[in-house]
Amino acid sequence: MNKTRTEGTWEAKAGLARMLKGGVIMDVVTPEQAELAQNAGAVAVMALERVPADIRAQGGVARMSDPDMIKGIQQIVDIPVMAKCRIGHFVEAQILEAMDIDYIDESEVLTPADERNHVYKFDFKVPFVCGATNLGEALRRIGEGAAMIRTKGEAGTGNVVEAVRHARSVLGSIRKLKVTPPEELMTIAKEMGAPYDLVKYVHENGCLPVVNFAAGGVATPADAALMMQLGMDGVFVGSGIFKSGDPEKRARAIVEAVSRFNDPEILAEVSKNLGEAMVGINISTLPDEERMADRGW
Amino acid sequence: MQSVGVLALQGGVAEHTAILRNLSFNVIEIRTPDALDSISALVLPGGESTTLLFLMKRWGLTKPIQRMGKNGFPIFGTCAGAVLLSSSISEMEHEVKQESLRLADVKAIRNYFGRQTRSFIENLSIKGLTDTFKGVFIRAPLLQPLSEGVDVLSSVDDGPVLVRQDNLWLSSFHPELTSDDRLHRLFLERSGLLGMEE
Repeated sequence: MNKTRTEGTWEAKAGLARMLKGGVIMDVVTPEQAELAQNAGAVAVMALERVPADIRAQGGVARMSDPDMIKGIQQIVDIPVMAKCRIGHFVEAQILEAMDIDYIDESEVLTPADERNHVYKFDFKVPFVCGATNLGEALRRIGEGAAMIRTKGEAGTGNVVEAVRHARSVLGSIRKLKVTPPEELMTIAKEMGAPYDLVKYVHENGCLPVVNFAAGGVATPADAALMMQLGMDGVFVGSGIFKSGDPEKRARAIVEAVSRFNDPEILAEVSKNLGEAMVGINISTLPDEERMADRGW
Repeated sequence: MQSVGVLALQGGVAEHTAILRNLSFNVIEIRTPDALDSISALVLPGGESTTLLFLMKRWGLTKPIQRMGKNGFPIFGTCAGAVLLSSSISEMEHEVKQESLRLADVKAIRNYFGRQTRSFIENLSIKGLTDTFKGVFIRAPLLQPLSEGVDVLSSVDDGPVLVRQDNLWLSSFHPELTSDDRLHRLFLERSGLLGMEE
């Protein structure tokens, strides 16, 4: 093998996320759903046993999916396959890496395995995506090696309000940091609980060093386009597709909406006759212990 | 100022745009067929080839781009973009029934090097460039020539990764993920859009 070849570098890890930009990543629980997602134009699928809406409904401890179930999905599609491990559960992450998963989502949708620490992601060749509710949290995850960030939103609710809150918080802080005088950066790093060098990076470049997707509560083409217009790089759709009346049509419509997110006439056209959207949940009626976004820090 | 189009439906659009703007080109993001009228060259970025094909078809871009490619219009496809230009597509693990623009006599073998954990960086020798070029390979395809008209400009141990057939340039790696603009320049020079280097 060529001596100059190196695998699992930061460029390769963050680079894959760059190639997913402008795309839709869909939660799927069976090979059939995975195939439908691919045919509808998904850039990747998230293989899991239960979509967040069902995890919410059924309760109990939610863990990494059965490797055999994930393998069935890997065999059927050519697009990248992602899978979730619990926050801090580095052995689940090792298992997913051994299975040649393309991206690991260290996810608050599953029950956290460690209440203080996340996985040290630099140890892995496989890249990680992590959720964040604000800029400090995003930079902490990147500091641990996350090669992609997403909003947490409130998964399984079909309600986009939390994703909007998190997107506005992260993007608003970035805009502010851009015009902050350099002598204030250390204090901001301290207050945010974020690594100084990453705070400095955002100040100098006006963006995160990794791709930033929307996730958690996206249920319609309009929701997806809203997140894109706010400035996100792409969209995860969890329960929103396969908990709706016509998954195939909705999946395609959301992909189309993300590719033409700035064109209201196109958005009107793709939003027509999609059948029933998933039944949403009002976040304010959710008891605190059922709020997934509060998991991790 | 000449304009270069970047297919802007999905994928590494901003990265190509940044490099082309640094080379003083006006960049037009291509989402609709009418945007193709004002450009002198086209870049098909990396992304997911199935997604790009779905969206090109949906927004009526497949046929116009096909026509331009056949008429000698300069097109540079990187990774998924190269897959789109290939006349034949296969996959390592199973059969694919994927359509493409079928412009270059090239067989693209998708995910040739394996899944993401096998993605890699390698320094490449490229015909036409003096020093080596950092190749960023992400779930990359291999590009096998199917006719004499295809010129192999760079290979790794496994086979060709940069090929050219007249007006069409295909790379299985991502020059847009580096800060090195030499390959973009080479494409634009040979397409007559940029003065040759001394």
